[in-house]
Amino acid sequence: MSLVSKLEEVLVCLKAGRVTLPYPAQAQPLPENFRGRPIFDATKCIGCAGCANNCPAREILVFDVCQEVRILQYLGRRCTYCGRCADVCPEKAITMSQEFENGTDAIGDLGQRLELFMSTCQRCGRCFKGPSVLEDLKMKGYRSDDLQNERWIYRSRSFLEEDKTVDDIQIELD
Amino acid sequence: MLKNLCQKMFGRSLWVYHANSGGCNGCDIEVLNVLTPYYDVERFGIKLVGSPRHADVMLCQGPAMRATAQALKRAYEAMPAPKLVFAIGSCACGGGVWFDSYSVLGPVEKVIPVNYYIPGCPPRPEAIIYGVAVALGLVDKETAPVEFKQLKLPIPRYHPSELHGDGDLVVYEKLEKV
Ligand code: SF4
Ligand code: SF4
Ligand code: SF4
Repeated sequence: MSLVSKLEEVLVCLKAGRVTLPYPAQAQPLPENFRGRPIFDATKCIGCAGCANNCPAREILVFDVCQEVRILQYLGRRCTYCGRCADVCPEKAITMSQEFENGTDAIGDLGQRLELFMSTCQRCGRCFKGPSVLEDLKMKGYRSDDLQNERWIYRSRSFLEEDKTVDDIQIELD
Repeated sequence: MLKNLCQKMFGRSLWVYHANSGGCNGCDIEVLNVLTPYYDVERFGIKLVGSPRHADVMLCQGPAMRATAQALKRAYEAMPAPKLVFAIGSCACGGGVWFDSYSVLGPVEKVIPVNYYIPGCPPRPEAIIYGVAVALGLVDKETAPVEFKQLKLPIPRYHPSELHGDGDLVVYEKLEKV
């Protein structure tokens, strides 16, 4: 009895043939809608920080060096590849690539950092209020995220009441 | 250097211990998927073991949590040297979406030293195999940090110093560029 079942098993195995993928040697085609690592196109990005405000992992940090220069830093370490940044970007500067072979021995390898000039008013030299798209993305005033510690600094008084870095910036609320 | 060391020390088989310190189970499923005949990581001599005392490699999933950090540390200390730690998934690499909440301490590297990172939420089984292959020196890593710096203001600027009077008119010399 058991011999018959063993033979049956052998038959099933022979019929299935070899199923193992020869993976690192030869890649398997990816599904079309697979989302890999987001790639920033610095020539298209206008620095509106909509991606930073909408990232669920708070993974894109923004730091305004001065009125005209903004640093946008994508850390890559806690990205969930959800594609929300690519969805929200008004300039389509972010593409969800099909890259997934991101194994690395240094986490810094995954980062992307853009240092952008912001468009300013030619008369007063300050950043002017953009059209409604930017308005929708709710970026108001300056931002100075903590690039060293890789976290946001919350401007709202309800957070981090004791934190010294909080109260030295005034938000433009208009 | 780390790679050479890996090739030397872990030349034969890697026995892996699979530690979940508070992930959502997504990464665990992918790690188990890697061990199925379809992806068959036993081709490389990688075998799952049930105790950290038998393991060469610890696969960490999930962030270091307030409740599990101590246990994770003990599991790491129980592994015989030389040992490798892989952080699998964005929770283990960077703390995940809830990296700044109360019960999450952060990435596992806050508690134990991590040698290789495989980001993704969860990473594809291929991505895990790729990370292991990078560690074993079978393939080269593909990622490199990207840094971009704009050197020129993309739009021309208006300088009052370039204005001069010409009869009744005020002429801006570089007008055609603006
Ligand atoms: S893909 Fe999602 S998690 Fe990653 S940077 Fe974009 S919004 Fe953030
Ligand atoms: S949403 Fe797009 S345009 Fe705005 S800062 Fe992000 S990448 Fe740049
Ligand atoms: S990285 Fe994503 S899939 Fe993996 S444990 Fe964390 S939340 Fe779950």
